[in-house]
Amino acid sequence: MSNIQSQSAEKPQFYLEEDHHPEGSTNLGFWLYLMSDCLIFATLFATYAVLGRNYAAGPAPADLFDLKLVAINTAMLLFSSITYGFAMLQMERGAKQETLFWLTVTGLFGLAFLGIELYEFHHMIHEGATPQRSAFLSAFFTLVGTHGLHVTFGIIWLVTLMVQVSKHGLIAENRRRLMCLSMFWHFLDVVWIGVFSVVYLMGVVG
Amino acid sequence: MFSNPDLLKFIFGRLTLESIPYHEPILVATFAAVALGGIALCAFITYMKWWGPLWNDWITSIDHKKIGIMYIILAIVMLLRGFSDAIMMRIQQAIAFNGSEGYLPPHHYDQVFTAHGVIMIFFVAMPFVTGFMNYVVPLQIGARDVSFPFLNNFSFWMTTAGAIIVMISLFVGEFARTGWLAYPPLSGVEYSPGVGVDYYIWGLQVAGVGTTLSGINLIATIVKMRAPGMSFMKMPVFTWTSLCTNILIVATFPILTATLVLLSLDRYVGTNFFTNDLGGNPMMYINLIWIWGHPEVYILILPAFGIFSEVVATFSGKRLFGYASMVYATCAIMILSYLVWLHHFFTMGSGASVNAFFGITTMIISIPTGAKIFNWLFTIYRGRVRYEVPMLWTIGFMVTFVIGGMTGVMLAVPPADFVLHNSLFLIAHFHNVIIGGVLFGLMAGVTYWYPKAFGYKLDPFWGKMSFWFWFIGFYFAFMPLYVLGLMGITRRMSQFDDPSLQIWFVIAAIGAGMIAIGILSFIIQLVVSYIKREELKDETGDPWHGRTLEWSTSSPPPEYNFAFTPVVHDHDSWYDMKNRGYARPLQGFKPIHMPKNTGTGAILAALNIALAFGLIWYMWWLVVVSFVAIIAVAIGHTFNYKRDFYIPAETVSAEEAKRTELLAKQV
Repeated sequence: MSNIQSQSAEKPQFYLEEDHHPEGSTNLGFWLYLMSDCLIFATLFATYAVLGRNYAAGPAPADLFDLKLVAINTAMLLFSSITYGFAMLQMERGAKQETLFWLTVTGLFGLAFLGIELYEFHHMIHEGATPQRSAFLSAFFTLVGTHGLHVTFGIIWLVTLMVQVSKHGLIAENRRRLMCLSMFWHFLDVVWIGVFSVVYLMGVVG
Repeated sequence: MFSNPDLLKFIFGRLTLESIPYHEPILVATFAAVALGGIALCAFITYMKWWGPLWNDWITSIDHKKIGIMYIILAIVMLLRGFSDAIMMRIQQAIAFNGSEGYLPPHHYDQVFTAHGVIMIFFVAMPFVTGFMNYVVPLQIGARDVSFPFLNNFSFWMTTAGAIIVMISLFVGEFARTGWLAYPPLSGVEYSPGVGVDYYIWGLQVAGVGTTLSGINLIATIVKMRAPGMSFMKMPVFTWTSLCTNILIVATFPILTATLVLLSLDRYVGTNFFTNDLGGNPMMYINLIWIWGHPEVYILILPAFGIFSEVVATFSGKRLFGYASMVYATCAIMILSYLVWLHHFFTMGSGASVNAFFGITTMIISIPTGAKIFNWLFTIYRGRVRYEVPMLWTIGFMVTFVIGGMTGVMLAVPPADFVLHNSLFLIAHFHNVIIGGVLFGLMAGVTYWYPKAFGYKLDPFWGKMSFWFWFIGFYFAFMPLYVLGLMGITRRMSQFDDPSLQIWFVIAAIGAGMIAIGILSFIIQLVVSYIKREELKDETGDPWHGRTLEWSTSSPPPEYNFAFTPVVHDHDSWYDMKNRGYARPLQGFKPIHMPKNTGTGAILAALNIALAFGLIWYMWWLVVVSFVAIIAVAIGHTFNYKRDFYIPAETVSAEEAKRTELLAKQV
């Protein structure tokens, strides 16, 4: 013991005199949340991959999906991501009104997406292709519906943030929140690309 | 008004007076005991005028230390419930021979074994482990709190809400009769039309939200909040195992959530994911649930490994042998735990190649685990070992866990598994690793960190009593099950025909009785230590001559943990500081920035209980009301921008002066 002490005669610094403020937790934390949400989608995709061909003598994707409608729907969501990007650019410039404007446009595109999706669901159920009809339809409605629910929550969140931005302006907290919602919104876009390819395109083509 | 059945059905859903099990004497007696105990507790709190402090200092607290303690209290309370289930089963199996049906009818027995499994895993082991990670990790990395203190409070209350939902099922309705993983089609609406499986689903979903969020929180804390100088390879081993555990939590609990959503859709909406007809596939559920379920057992054991690593190094008075290999072994186990899930159902019949793959990956896990055992042994080798109570648990663990590990490798061999699948051999194996590994680790941890949390050590005599009764009781309770399993006896049986088996079950019941004394000794230990707290007092903050940063603060640590953020030069940083003549700073204190308490977490969790209750009993109005309320409260919370405050420098200074005085007495 004494040996060690004599070896280390010089005393290093053992504590900070000034404040220590670790930054960047929110960014990492939100990424982790997104990845955990991604796993929920991964589970639903896996379920769709396993059960998606079990039609139980009911309708198959080719009978149900209208690719033109889905293409329009996809465009709505992709446009909403671009306009969210515009909102973030305006936020960087510190332009509150312009930010709010582009957020409104984003929300409207989101609503259009949801409207078309609900129309599609209604149409399918009307034709007897209900979630109860076969494992394929159970998996389809759950996967696409979960994405739709996420978009719905995204819109509620968007409206909340718009109120907060108009109330407090583009303060640091609000900028951080807008950043998180931005990641969430783009994440939903990415998931939708997966849904579009795996469910709709491969369903109709394959 | 009350004669209108439609209105009653609207208000109460499928809840009727018949759902209250008042005709079951065991449950009525339990209810009476719980109710009387609850009333007595409330009366005591009122008498002591503790409601205010309880709300202000604990329920709304966002202090990671208090949340950690509350997690562990939850775990101990639920341990008593889970253990009552265990001893009921052991008694039933010991007497249900020679035509006797025992005292538990099958429908009750089936609920008991399901509740035992669910409670022990989700509401004992999980909160226990999370409690330790919450309490210890920020202290070990030199941080003042976790990354998201409010989220931490919310996570805790969601876990508690899940536990409350499961507890309600004891007195209102029934619990699942499906086994702890609720395999369909048995758990489907056709074969389990009652509320049991719904209690199971919503209890786990609510608690699962808490677990996932606390996982995210702790990863962010470990990655972002470490003290300057603490690189990843200078983190204490417990922090390392916590990091890996939380990565596993975030990477698996969403799968459990999604799987249970699919099961509830089958039950509520009538979809066909796991049904037998219209294209459903029950094996899909079993795959998904084990993709979560296998990593889950590593979620439990890795922090226990971390605790043993801290304890072994401290009580051998040496650096941990093979720190780097310990870290790599932990990471290897973390990754491998994802590649083995199918070994839980080799009998599914997926063919020789698939079974061989999963059998081999399972066997490979024993390599890093074995490396850990050797590291601990080499740490003890030529160390100056102090046989304090935490060290006893550690030695007990090393002996017991190796046996459990070896029977695990036996089960990993698919042809052997075809014989042993679902037998009592399996039951003996996983209790061997969970009790001998996780529980012994948690008990070592309680004894080790108790003086840090409360400022006095636990009484060693009752600690030793607890250890020896647990240790010997474990062998009596589970070794007979290995024998029975090899004879082909399956699990979850409530009655037996062959009288020659009875003796083994009687021995197992005696073992369970010894474990009961072990648990009782632990509770006596808490009481006795509280009474003798002056005698057992720790004024140094470092009662065991510890090696990591948590021992550098006072016991219990101040609200802000560290007046000055430590700078780290070695993975045994406190040992390093002591060795190189660290002098505690006595002046220059600054105001400390801290988050404010909030009741939102507890309110949201209470609303979640209401939501779950509505969903379970089909009270749709309650579902709508509580759901809207949850959204409103959550959004309302985000409108509060003033969530922090400063502890004035004078308060810090006064607090530190008290410690200076205590330390001066030591010399």
